[in-house]
Amino acid sequence: MSEDLKIIDEVTSGEYKWGFVSNIESENAPKGLSEDIVRFISAKKKEPEWMLEFRLKAFRHWQKMQEPQWANVNYPKVDFQDIIYYSAPKPKKQLNSLDELDPEIKATFDKLGISLLEQKRLAGVAVDAVIDSVSVKTTFRQELSKLGIIFSSFSEAVQEHPELVKKYMGSVVPYTDNFYAALNSAVFSDGSFCYIPKGVRCPMELSTYFRINSAGTGQFERTLIIADEGAYVSYLEGCTAPKRDENQLHAAVVEIYAHTDAQVKYSTVQNWYPGDKDGRGGIFNFVTKRGLCAGERSKISWTQVETGSAVTWKYPSVILKGDYSTGEFYSVALTNNYQQVDTGTKMIHIGKHTRSTIISKGISGGRSNNSYRGLVRIGKQAEKARNFSQCDSLLLGDKCGAHTFPYLECANPTAKVEHEATTSKVGEDQIFYCNQRGISTEDAIGLIVNGYCKEVFNQLPMEFAVEAQKLLAVSLEGSVG
Amino acid sequence: MLNIKNLHASVEGREILNGLNLQVNPGEVHAIMGPNGSGKSTLASVLAGREAYEVNDGEILYHGENLIELSPEERARKGIFLAFQYPIEIPGVSNANFLKTAVNEVRKSKDMDVLDSKDFLKLMKDKMQLVKMDKSMTQRSVNEGFSGGEKKRNEIFQMAMLEPELCVLDETDSGLDIDALRIVSDGINALRDGKRSFIVITHYQRLLDYIVPDFVHVLYKGKIVKSGPKELALELEEKGYDWIKEEVEI
Repeated sequence: MSEDLKIIDEVTSGEYKWGFVSNIESENAPKGLSEDIVRFISAKKKEPEWMLEFRLKAFRHWQKMQEPQWANVNYPKVDFQDIIYYSAPKPKKQLNSLDELDPEIKATFDKLGISLLEQKRLAGVAVDAVIDSVSVKTTFRQELSKLGIIFSSFSEAVQEHPELVKKYMGSVVPYTDNFYAALNSAVFSDGSFCYIPKGVRCPMELSTYFRINSAGTGQFERTLIIADEGAYVSYLEGCTAPKRDENQLHAAVVEIYAHTDAQVKYSTVQNWYPGDKDGRGGIFNFVTKRGLCAGERSKISWTQVETGSAVTWKYPSVILKGDYSTGEFYSVALTNNYQQVDTGTKMIHIGKHTRSTIISKGISGGRSNNSYRGLVRIGKQAEKARNFSQCDSLLLGDKCGAHTFPYLECANPTAKVEHEATTSKVGEDQIFYCNQRGISTEDAIGLIVNGYCKEVFNQLPMEFAVEAQKLLAVSLEGSVG
Repeated sequence: MLNIKNLHASVEGREILNGLNLQVNPGEVHAIMGPNGSGKSTLASVLAGREAYEVNDGEILYHGENLIELSPEERARKGIFLAFQYPIEIPGVSNANFLKTAVNEVRKSKDMDVLDSKDFLKLMKDKMQLVKMDKSMTQRSVNEGFSGGEKKRNEIFQMAMLEPELCVLDETDSGLDIDALRIVSDGINALRDGKRSFIVITHYQRLLDYIVPDFVHVLYKGKIVKSGPKELALELEEKGYDWIKEEVEI
């Protein structure tokens, strides 16, 4: 190993900073999955009959399904009977204000740098905080409700806005969609719900922060975002989990519905515990994210920075149904040690003059494997549809892998589809050049990688971009070797 | 300031420098000339501490300290600057961001406060004038899409920003047209302050019309075989290297 690489390797001691466990008393369902458990969850949440019906249909469908095998990842078979499907921090009493929030929960989020105090808000971000299976706090609800914006936990939405939930839930990701979407539909416990009414531009960033705390649990949250005609919202999602030697399952569903002229921007910084440097532990992150551009000129944009999880399997997609609608996917996926990522997007062009852009940056270090998998499908009716895809891979060592699996299906001759792909290595020349200007090898790699990801970071809201850059630097530690 | 004694260095097992001696005092400008393959660029790389270059024997003392023990970034922070023959591109990293990181690393190593954005911008503005650099260049990615002339100018701009004590210019004149050569030379001359020292590696006497050296050395087969005043460069221009080769072979 060369000297530079050794220096980098020594910093492997860089720890996952968010791996602590909070001492929050929780109430768990018994391990395992059955109709009884589904009923248990539904009863816990005092759900109406239609919701239980939805869950049961999903569960029965799931039982007939096979776990997908096609992704370019290897992991031990998940024992679905060995997971706790519901875990909620025990409420001490009815909460009326934040002062009454369990101090341990508040401390947990403080430690994560997420303020649940509205007066301490950072640049106007409203937060929905989810621990394990339930939402513990949603900030700024009142202020938002003045504009008619509904921002709440999913459970509350089921109670308070059943008509909206009923209408939209499953309309973008039906429970039959795939194995994990079916599982989620059966057992999901909470998540965020957001509705932006006609013509309203949401004045602050909305965000959900997901935290897994309890051992042996799975997290199955569900997010539903609806932007009515001409509405605009920018949504952020962050997530962390404690360090444990066993793997934990996270199978979420995110649905976005955009009406005519609506715009939704969804940004994720995914930082689930990735396992230790020998590949022990970490989160299995099997997520279905999809947006529907239902109306004309609507736009949905996904930006993701993926640095966490032991195994990731995720394809934030856009169905471009409305004419002149736009879908975007900007992604940075960084893998280190033994992490595995199979991520990408699907752009389904149905409407005329629909456009999509895909910018994917994969960075692999250590012994990790990083795959881009993307589908661009141009339907028969999608006159003059356009797609541009750019998939770049950057290798930080010689034991890691980068793969690209682009799929293109074009059924309309007037469409224009472009695909560019590159693979490169961080050059010793570049590192030496930085060294010669006084910059250490570690900082040099950080600089080079951040430069490489710039196009994607530019899409993130300001404070999130800074966060992402820092996160990238931490995740890079020990990446070359 | 710099004292190279009996330096032997190799790359990929091939010895390129064999017994090089050179002493540079504060404020001096030394030109190193010599035919292709004589070891000029190797000397630059060894001084900067490039990994592939191995020192087999001899020593390099810099302010009395053994340079060979130090990493490239430590050398840089102690004031050794190499202007690259082929400056490297770093896509997506703005020149300004790159330099801010570099300048502050150097400052930190000297226990100086890091510059905030305002002071840094002011410093940049001052130094940009030295090489007549356009403001837009600071926002462009490091050397990416720069013309040959812009790259070299950028090297001198970086040099001005980092305020090194010993500047090693590796064929800074290569690929420059006459106007660019003048601008780059003016920049370098502006940085001559009587204390800062320069090692100017070049093929051509042309550069030395602008940057007038105190000493000219001829490097041949890994050794300095002839040294003289600035007039030696003119003689080389006129007669080539053959007469020196002959002298050495005898």
